[in-house]
Amino acid sequence: MQRKHWISAFAATAGLAIGLMATSAFAQTTVRIAWYSDGNEGEVVSDLLKRFEAQNKDIKVVLDQVPFKAITENLPVQLASGQGPDIARVVDLGGIARYALDMRPYLKDAAYWEKNFGPFLPWMRPEGDSSAITGFMTQLTVTGPFVNKTLFEQAGVALPGAKATWEEWGKAAKEVAAKVKAPFPVAMDRSGHRFFSVAISEGAKVFDDKGEPAVIDDGFRRGAKLIYDWHRDGTMAKELWGSVSGTAYRGANDEFKNAQVVMYQSGSWQIAQFDKTVGDAFDWIAVPSPCGAGGCSPMPGGAGLVAIKTTKSPEAVAKVMDYLASEPVLSEFYARSLFVPGHLGIAAKGLDYKGATPQGKAALKVFSDQVAQISPAAYKLQGYVNNRVIFNAVISRLGQAISGEGTLDEAYKRIESDIAQQIAERKK
Amino acid sequence: MASVETDPRRDGAGAAGLLAALLALLMRLVDWPMQALQRLIGERRMAYVFILPNLAFFSLFVFLPLVINFVFSVTGGAGLFPSERPYVGAQQYAYLFDCGSFLDPSSCREDHFWRGVANTARFTVFQVTAMVLFSLLTAVVLNMKIRARGFFRAVYFFPVLLSPVVVALTWKWILQRDGLLNAAITSLGGERILFLVDPSWAMFWIVFVSIWAHMGFYTLILLAGLQAIPADLYEAAEMDATPRWRVFWRITLPLLWPNMIVVIVLALIRGVQTFDEVFVLTGGGPGTATLMIVHYIYETAFANQVQNFGLAAAASVVLGVVLFALTLAQLAASRRKGAA
Repeated sequence: MQRKHWISAFAATAGLAIGLMATSAFAQTTVRIAWYSDGNEGEVVSDLLKRFEAQNKDIKVVLDQVPFKAITENLPVQLASGQGPDIARVVDLGGIARYALDMRPYLKDAAYWEKNFGPFLPWMRPEGDSSAITGFMTQLTVTGPFVNKTLFEQAGVALPGAKATWEEWGKAAKEVAAKVKAPFPVAMDRSGHRFFSVAISEGAKVFDDKGEPAVIDDGFRRGAKLIYDWHRDGTMAKELWGSVSGTAYRGANDEFKNAQVVMYQSGSWQIAQFDKTVGDAFDWIAVPSPCGAGGCSPMPGGAGLVAIKTTKSPEAVAKVMDYLASEPVLSEFYARSLFVPGHLGIAAKGLDYKGATPQGKAALKVFSDQVAQISPAAYKLQGYVNNRVIFNAVISRLGQAISGEGTLDEAYKRIESDIAQQIAERKK
Repeated sequence: MASVETDPRRDGAGAAGLLAALLALLMRLVDWPMQALQRLIGERRMAYVFILPNLAFFSLFVFLPLVINFVFSVTGGAGLFPSERPYVGAQQYAYLFDCGSFLDPSSCREDHFWRGVANTARFTVFQVTAMVLFSLLTAVVLNMKIRARGFFRAVYFFPVLLSPVVVALTWKWILQRDGLLNAAITSLGGERILFLVDPSWAMFWIVFVSIWAHMGFYTLILLAGLQAIPADLYEAAEMDATPRWRVFWRITLPLLWPNMIVVIVLALIRGVQTFDEVFVLTGGGPGTATLMIVHYIYETAFANQVQNFGLAAAASVVLGVVLFALTLAQLAASRRKGAA
């Protein structure tokens, strides 16, 4: 009889325990984040999210760390089919905007977001929307050149000054390369952002008075001709722009790290990896964006963390976003990842990049100072919903001209027709 | 204590008997409904019942995607689901075929498609010709009584087992500016050659790498064909003191011809479908010098911001028609081989 009681008591306790466990498990909401990394930011955000989970037992955050290509190619298809993550870290802000969730009804303090992310919010809004809050910039990127100072010193060539033109930089880099036998005097990522940092400095307007794309103008032609001529006279090697087809991205990170590049036109996101991998092998510096007939503007850009509207848990998503966008958390994120802040409050106060070397800190200061030099045309292009259509057409057609398939004039015609055709297709 | 000894043979027989009984029971269970079904639909129609599971699988994963692809090719816009895409008729095909001259891709509205077609055709002609010749030569040598024949057979077949991405990356490391080949050239006092930046070199190397990676497979088919040729024919030729080249032309080649046809058609189909190795090795460049038709389809459908599924689907249908024609050629060749 006593044994029967024991069994009953054990069964009741076990049942209660299983029931409680099941209840708590079912009460937990899962939020999935699709995340790509350039440097150590994946580790940093993972660390921050663990703290969030400890404070919010009802929300489980799954961080799916994926390759960059998965974000640019697979994510749009996933989102179009309604099967995407709840939050995604994206670079094609305009392209993804139509799948983004307006978080205003769920945010703790929408005014905080307006105040601190204001200039960047339009980049992440769907076409025609002027008020939605869909995400924030996990990093503000600014294009600009990295220079191997040691090679300049070895060659005995003086570094061009702060307001030096693209031509002056090209000439100096070529002289250095010839003296120290470096294979790449100037290298530039095969990317639309990098090209337009040259073209806009040369005076490209990109849009007409009505705000429609009018890409080919005198400024654009000057920029394109400069890049084209540099490939012909050996200032730029064909390995990047001329070696692949279509819209493929090519960077020269490895060549720069191996001291094969004198001047590398890339951007602020490279600082963390150069800081870590170059070490004291040589002196590298970031310099202000060179100038042209239209000014000295770099191109802005960056990666945004965007909430996705197909989420089943918008409240939980907003809670995660509120946490990650909060000033102390975001300050730590930017500081540990060595990113230029995309938060006005943090940018105004300044960041202490404790983990960076003096070279890294100096480069971050150069890029942070460059934000003030960004021209309205560059901001407008970055905020344009179809900007990747423009970037892709330029990379593809300019790449063909550089590799010897046709003239620059033929490339201009193709760029215009490619852009018109793709935008028309989207509007169908 | 006496130990109990068992006869393993008896145990084995017992297990086999039990298995046979179970199978018989299972057959009886299946047999009853099948008998009933046969009475209902007739003996001739039972064949369809047996192929139904396979047909359903095939329909779901082959026919349905084919139909969906065709539907996409007659729609436009950037929507993902057919219901979100406006019907545009043959507009995508008209766009693809809008050319001043089909021999000059730059005169075509969608010049990248025609550059892909021209490159694929050039690649296929060079690759298949060279592949068949080298495979034949290798098979003939490996069929001779040479030393370490087994080892060489394995060596030639080994690249077939490698992933195309591994093959392409390995060769990229060999061919790039500071790669193994340039290191060898410069150490011998030569000038560095940018193999993957020069259009002619790039085309040469994608053909070369493709042959290196796939030759083993075709060599194997030809080797099997060579081993099937009766030895007494060669003995008779030897007794007649027939020269070796004549033996090859009059005995080996005619009897190997059915295998050669299969090899040629299979290599042609694979050549037209080429993508992975070229994509990793040259990325379609320099410019569009090695852009293949499948690469064009991928780029149009996925790499652009406006993912143009309609145009990519139309290009896929055109590619499908070419592959269908090649498959018919293969079937005809196989039938002729069977008849022979």
